[in-house]
Amino acid sequence: MKYILMMHAGRAGWKDAGIGTWPMEDIKTHIGFMKGFAKDLKEAGELVAAEGLAGVEEARIVRAGKGGAPEVTDGPFAESKEFLAGFWIVDVESKERAYEIAARASAAPGKGGVPLNMPIEVREVMSAPPVEA
Amino acid sequence: MALDGTVENLLRELAPQVLGAVMRRYGDFSAAEDAVQEALIAASRQWPAEGLPDNPRGWLIQVAARRMADHVRAELARRRREAVVVMQAPAEEEIVPAPDSDILPERDDTLVLLFMCCHPALTRPTAIALTLRAVAGLTTAEIANAFLVPESTMAQRISRAKQTIKSSGVPFEMPTSRERAARLGAVLHVVYLIFNEGYASSIGPSLQRADLANEAIRLARALHRRIPEDAETAGMLALMLLTDARRAARTGADGELIPLTEQDRTLWDQEAIAEGVALITATLSKGAVGPYQLQAAIAAVHDEAPRVDDTDWPQIVALYTVLMRISDNPMVALNHAIAVAMVRGPAAGLTLLDGLDVDRRIAGHYRACAVRAHLLEMSGDYAGAITHYLAAAGRTASIPERDYLTTKAARLSSQVTRQ
Repeated sequence: MKYILMMHAGRAGWKDAGIGTWPMEDIKTHIGFMKGFAKDLKEAGELVAAEGLAGVEEARIVRAGKGGAPEVTDGPFAESKEFLAGFWIVDVESKERAYEIAARASAAPGKGGVPLNMPIEVREVMSAPPVEA
Repeated sequence: MALDGTVENLLRELAPQVLGAVMRRYGDFSAAEDAVQEALIAASRQWPAEGLPDNPRGWLIQVAARRMADHVRAELARRRREAVVVMQAPAEEEIVPAPDSDILPERDDTLVLLFMCCHPALTRPTAIALTLRAVAGLTTAEIANAFLVPESTMAQRISRAKQTIKSSGVPFEMPTSRERAARLGAVLHVVYLIFNEGYASSIGPSLQRADLANEAIRLARALHRRIPEDAETAGMLALMLLTDARRAARTGADGELIPLTEQDRTLWDQEAIAEGVALITATLSKGAVGPYQLQAAIAAVHDEAPRVDDTDWPQIVALYTVLMRISDNPMVALNHAIAVAMVRGPAAGLTLLDGLDVDRRIAGHYRACAVRAHLLEMSGDYAGAITHYLAAAGRTASIPERDYLTTKAARLSSQVTRQ
């Protein structure tokens, strides 16, 4: 079963309280954790894909305008408190295992090594239908 | 080229036998499995072009043994570089096989390998991957493609499985008779999961994917041939044949899902049905009935009805009743409710469904919603049916199924409006 684990970061904290304000040592610890996390998933044969997304400042909302031409706006980011910062797609034996992986990602170390406790949205990826009885 | 199919069949058949032989000589499962995989790939390239060697099995064993010798040599060189235990290393001539090697070609280790690869110490995904490579002879790329994961991920999964086997000391031998029943259960489960994965993914744009349903049937045949006395193995093979027989009728022109009751039965594979029916009939007459046999018997009743109206529903109800007694599976109870509705009317089926609502494994599950919708539709409660079809569509994790359920709801809605 495949699941996508979406890491949400708080908008308020991104610039002012976010990683940019951490001491060098904490940033290193955080990056080291993320690398080790991806390596473990890979070695477990569970990693399908993992990507981090560029900053929300550059995010745009696109809609089809007249004649299907792209109509680009800055998007309603002012209202949203959280945004997608990155995701993993894992192929695991059970829902419980996906939750376990998400919990580990959530506990990534932040400032002073304190776990960030980030919200990780876990969604099953659609697949083929089961065998009919 | 006609030879290609022959070569493929031959390689699949020989893969576990060759691996068994190489294992016996060198002991190292992980390296032996890699060596055999390389030999298989070499054969699949050479044989179609150059023709079959006189002794295909001997050819594969020799190529694999040569790879093993290379591997052992490389290991020795590495150890020497690291200047560790040089004194204990065997002389080179001891590790290179003699031209007339003493590997006995008679022994068939397919069964032993299946027990090993489906060991309970492995997680199911790793057991599936290892079985497909070591016993079915598929390449890592083919397995990765079938499960839609990157090849590197599948390679890791296989190497993880090998590590687990090594660290938990799973021996390369038949389980004791005391363990055998439970261990065989694990083997059957893994093979059936492979079948499910293949049958499910035969829907939609997946023609490029390795045919896992066929691989599972091949494995089940190999197993059945070696332990014909085991009734559940025979039952599982029959179930696969009887289910797979409907494959061509299961999807429409656009890959959409067609349920059993609406399938064009002239598309069913009568040869597979005849084989499955004969097998399950012979097996059931021997006694010691189990879940695979009962499911095969139910599939046989469906497959033997030329039209959906000819279905012997009372017989299906009886079979589900026995199945519920021996397996505590809420999905079975759902299917039982449908069969009861077909015999005694939708109200009787809905009453059974109400009773299932207390089962936390199934309450709110999309299948429960879909069955309720179906029975409500049968009873003429279209509004209720629409609600539950849509609830089911929102909860399924399968795109073809979601599309099917959404279409059902939409079709009913348009009927309601027209009235």
